Amino acid sequence: MKVPISWLKDFIDLDDLSIEDIARKLTLAGLEVDEILYVGLSMPDHAARGLHSSEKHEFKTGGIAWDREKIVVAEIREVKPHPNADKLTLLDLFDGQQEQVVLTGAPNIFHLKGTGKLPKPIKVAYAKEGATIYDGHAEGLVLMTLKRAKIRGVDSYSMVCSEKELGITGEHEGIILLDDDAPVGMPLADYMGDAVLDISILPNMGRNANVVGVARELAAMPGRELRKPEPKLNVSGQSVRELVEIEITDPKLNPRFVAGLIRDVEIKPSPYQIQRRLKLAGIRPINNVVDATNYAMLEYGEPLHAFDYDVLKKRAGKKKIKIITRAAKDGEKLKTLDGHERTLNPVNVLVADEKGSLGLAGVMGGEESEVGDKTRNILLEGAAWNYINIRRTAKQHNLPSEASFRFSRGVHPAMAEGGVHLGLKYMAEWSGGAVAPDLVDVYPLPPKDAVVDITVRDIHRWLGIDLTLERAAELLSRLEFKCEVKVETLRVTAPDHRMDIGEGIVGMADVLEEVARSYGYDNIPTTNMADALPPQVGNPVHEWEETLRDQLVALGLQEVVTYRMTTPEKESRIVKYDEYVRIANPITPEKNVLRRSLIASVFDSLEKNIRYNEAFSFFEIGPIFEPVKNDLPREPRRLVIVMTGFREATAWDVKEPAKLDFFDMKGRIELMLGGLRLTKVSYAATESHAYLHPGKAAEVKAGGKAIGAFGELHPLVREQYELGDLPVLVADFDLDVMRSIPPAYEIKPIPETPPIYEDIALIVDESVKAETIESLIRQTGGRSVTGVRLFDLYRGDQVGAGKKSLAYALTYQAEDKTMTDAEAAAIRNKIVKRLEKEVGAKLRN
Amino acid sequence: MQDTLSEIERAALKSLESVNDPSALEAWRVANLGRSSALMNVFSGLGKLSKEERPVIGAAANRVKVALESALEERSRLVKAVALARSLEEDHIDVTLPGRRKHVGRLHPSTQQLRRVLDILAEMGFQVFTSREVETDEYNFQLLNFPPHHPARDMQDTLFIEAEGRGDNPIIMRTHTSPGQIHAMRQFAATNPQDPPPIRIALPGMCFRYEQITVRSEVQFNQVEGLAVGKNITFADLKGTLTDFVRRMFGEGTRLRFRASYFPFTEPSAEVDVECFVCGGKGCQVCKNSGWLEILGCGMVHPVVLQNGGYDPRVYSGYAWGMGPERQLMLRHKVSDIRYFWGNDVRFLEQF
Ligand SMILES: [Zn+2]
Repeated sequence: MKVPISWLKDFIDLDDLSIEDIARKLTLAGLEVDEILYVGLSMPDHAARGLHSSEKHEFKTGGIAWDREKIVVAEIREVKPHPNADKLTLLDLFDGQQEQVVLTGAPNIFHLKGTGKLPKPIKVAYAKEGATIYDGHAEGLVLMTLKRAKIRGVDSYSMVCSEKELGITGEHEGIILLDDDAPVGMPLADYMGDAVLDISILPNMGRNANVVGVARELAAMPGRELRKPEPKLNVSGQSVRELVEIEITDPKLNPRFVAGLIRDVEIKPSPYQIQRRLKLAGIRPINNVVDATNYAMLEYGEPLHAFDYDVLKKRAGKKKIKIITRAAKDGEKLKTLDGHERTLNPVNVLVADEKGSLGLAGVMGGEESEVGDKTRNILLEGAAWNYINIRRTAKQHNLPSEASFRFSRGVHPAMAEGGVHLGLKYMAEWSGGAVAPDLVDVYPLPPKDAVVDITVRDIHRWLGIDLTLERAAELLSRLEFKCEVKVETLRVTAPDHRMDIGEGIVGMADVLEEVARSYGYDNIPTTNMADALPPQVGNPVHEWEETLRDQLVALGLQEVVTYRMTTPEKESRIVKYDEYVRIANPITPEKNVLRRSLIASVFDSLEKNIRYNEAFSFFEIGPIFEPVKNDLPREPRRLVIVMTGFREATAWDVKEPAKLDFFDMKGRIELMLGGLRLTKVSYAATESHAYLHPGKAAEVKAGGKAIGAFGELHPLVREQYELGDLPVLVADFDLDVMRSIPPAYEIKPIPETPPIYEDIALIVDESVKAETIESLIRQTGGRSVTGVRLFDLYRGDQVGAGKKSLAYALTYQAEDKTMTDAEAAAIRNKIVKRLEKEVGAKLRN
Repeated sequence: MQDTLSEIERAALKSLESVNDPSALEAWRVANLGRSSALMNVFSGLGKLSKEERPVIGAAANRVKVALESALEERSRLVKAVALARSLEEDHIDVTLPGRRKHVGRLHPSTQQLRRVLDILAEMGFQVFTSREVETDEYNFQLLNFPPHHPARDMQDTLFIEAEGRGDNPIIMRTHTSPGQIHAMRQFAATNPQDPPPIRIALPGMCFRYEQITVRSEVQFNQVEGLAVGKNITFADLKGTLTDFVRRMFGEGTRLRFRASYFPFTEPSAEVDVECFVCGGKGCQVCKNSGWLEILGCGMVHPVVLQNGGYDPRVYSGYAWGMGPERQLMLRHKVSDIRYFWGNDVRFLEQF
């Protein structure tokens, strides 16, 4: 909400404070000032004022200051033709000190050209030679300084200004025509210099979405007083009560409806100062009647609606006008004043009469009863509406308006009466109309007064400060709470502009928040918790995953974090799933379901990177989402590893390192599982994962449970990605299963007896698995064989077709003595014999 | 004979002076101390000498032998030293050539930052509590004091999950980690419903908003919340805890500013501005010249939320606060584009 400082000062004295001081006070109280826009007032010079350096430009600041010497109020006395240019005029102007001749092309005084001395001088904003203003012809805001120049043979050195040139709006169609009472010669900055605070209104602070509300927050500072508007009306003619009646069909939708009448208005533009304030507040002036409703709303907070009374009267025929408020019927139609025909439903609330709908309550009026140039008599509505209906209606019809903004945050029904009075007052002032006596006021559902009792102990317990009840009462009174100090309690009644104070314990918190705000958050001390320590509970899942992350990083893998959202199409390149957790309102079609697997997401990351690097080893740990019909999905945790590229980094003397393959992945997995102390790990060839190469895929088991699979990506899958020609290795692990296997530490002493090393090479049939040979060696050697390491695998002429040679480095060691060569040889013979028998192995010489 | 020995010694020592490499040294040794050298011939001729001469000449020959051997040793040391000096002089590399790299692993920057935050919180006694990412409206909003159609819901645009028959309790992507507050309180309260234990937890995790993905906004982001519930916990304690936390996180002496704010699940609520850690509060681009950075939202746990968690607000109070690790990294390291985080471009990741 944009609030001009000049408007605030109608209700509170702030002259002793800088604009930044005001902005800071509001910001700390929860009315965050997003920007200060200077429109004429001088901007602060912090260096000169010696503020703390951190307070430099504390707020985003923009705008322009008007030089008090060079920009003044002046009057045009005559509009003369330009000797050499048809479209230009020469103004005879008096700036309070001397007569000037000023060149202008302003269209809004062009019609006075050559009409002689004006019967009534026109007041304008006059910028003298040397004044700095915005360039009216430039795109955007470009400052310029007025210099003497000859335009079509006439000296030009000064200017009558448009709103754009003075930074009021972007309007440059004509010059500003000031109100007749503007004092000629007065510095313009003194007459109407301003600064606009752009304030974010929090959802619970709808009460502050008006000038008085903002002033009230400033009045919470000690020693300041809020002057609330108290409109005095001169009334005449027949009472509105005799002419209009109101029927509220559902008080829950419409707790109160107030209407007033003003006759014989003359529709014309509002005074310039009013238009200027409306523009600074972001509202386009329309005419004096519509402006009065908007101005009163911005000032006081009650949205108003003006009906053309004569239209209502015509619709009622001979009968008394009867305003009816009700829920719309399903499919009912209404043409709103923006010209759109809208189809309604029962969530929408209508202001209607016996003939039908007149307007969308609290959101937008209807076209038929709209105030126009010919309107003479006005019925002015101020009402209270259910905020939920207003909210849903504004959303449904995409009609965010100043009125619906306020009503959807809750406007207290008590505001209706004051709002209508204020609107009538401004209409009378600006349009010359006569206000009819009384208001029609139907108020079937007044809200219960919010009354809360708080104690010294409550304040201490919740806020950590010690205040007497008297002090608390003083703090709250500044925000217009009614306070009654009893023996042990302070009875607090919320003021009747507030809907946000609850009852009981909730009311206590609501009131304590106001105590804290009024006291100042900065004044509350900082203390250390004195409360008992909680029972210590670990988070084994989190801790285990963090350990796993460390393991993977130590193995040279880069962690990635990808979107939880993907598309079935993307994932179907790897695995096709039928069921998904689907997003009802996806932000883009690229993110319409939750992932069933991490693989596709990690591949996406890989694909994006592949051009820039020579090797990738990525992992991601996170949830996948398994749908459960109409209920919360399961969120199992997964680990995916993807590797491709060179095994080692290239360098100036390392040109073509080997490429990562199945066994690089397997080695990482072995080390990872070893690091997690998982035992009884086994690997078996698998063909059950269609995305993996059928001959280069393995399933991993640990502790007897399947924990995951890995292998080389199937060539057909790889083709669908731009991943280059190198093998791509993928591993996918079920972390929930992995985590369920208890780690086993078997810490053995380091043997002190000397080992004997021996290499043996065995020739076996191609079909014999390495795993079988190693386990036979270990079984046969028992505890005496402490190391078995395959160090060579050979196929070729020397061993013959269909055969392979496996060379093992064996370590023999006795636990308690030095093993002799003879003993080692005996064990070896036993092993060889066993292998010969079981798998037909031959010792190779 | 004595003269012969003197001549042998003189000549040998003289020739040693021109010996400059290991092979010449060996040749010199063979020539002067070898089996058929003149000196050795003297030794082998000793038997032919008279009884009187033998010991005299023998002793003299021995002296010469010792002298030649020690000269050889000395010369050999010198030759080695010279050779080493020459080889050191010749054998050098360009130390400015780049070193050989290794492919190294790293944690994602968000994980790194989450760990920093959680490590500090752990030291302050806040233990990690995690909960699900897909939630019900009830847990994400209603139990946290956001009634249906409440204006505060506008602050958190929501991604909904397709489901039927859910009425006022649709399934949604959690918009914040706060549903974990209810899960945690209920879990703790269940251990002793009559007198629930105090709570101090940190709630990290991925959150989701219906937001266009742009330089400044993302559809998913991490959040960490802190929650303390107990019998004597005050707003002043909240200020104390956050002051400690912020100073650990952003540096000793960092100033904080508590601004009144609004969150449905806390009351009183506050935004915490931290003195800009990029410029030290002097004003810079990161803090838009204000000297302050908006880093945290916080407040006293709302009575309705305590109640919904199984803690009687007349007896218990508590505070909660929340912050975003990605936002912290962006501010601290001037990361210009939030999309970098889930883009996983190694050229971004490897800078952390
Ligand atoms: Zn800064």
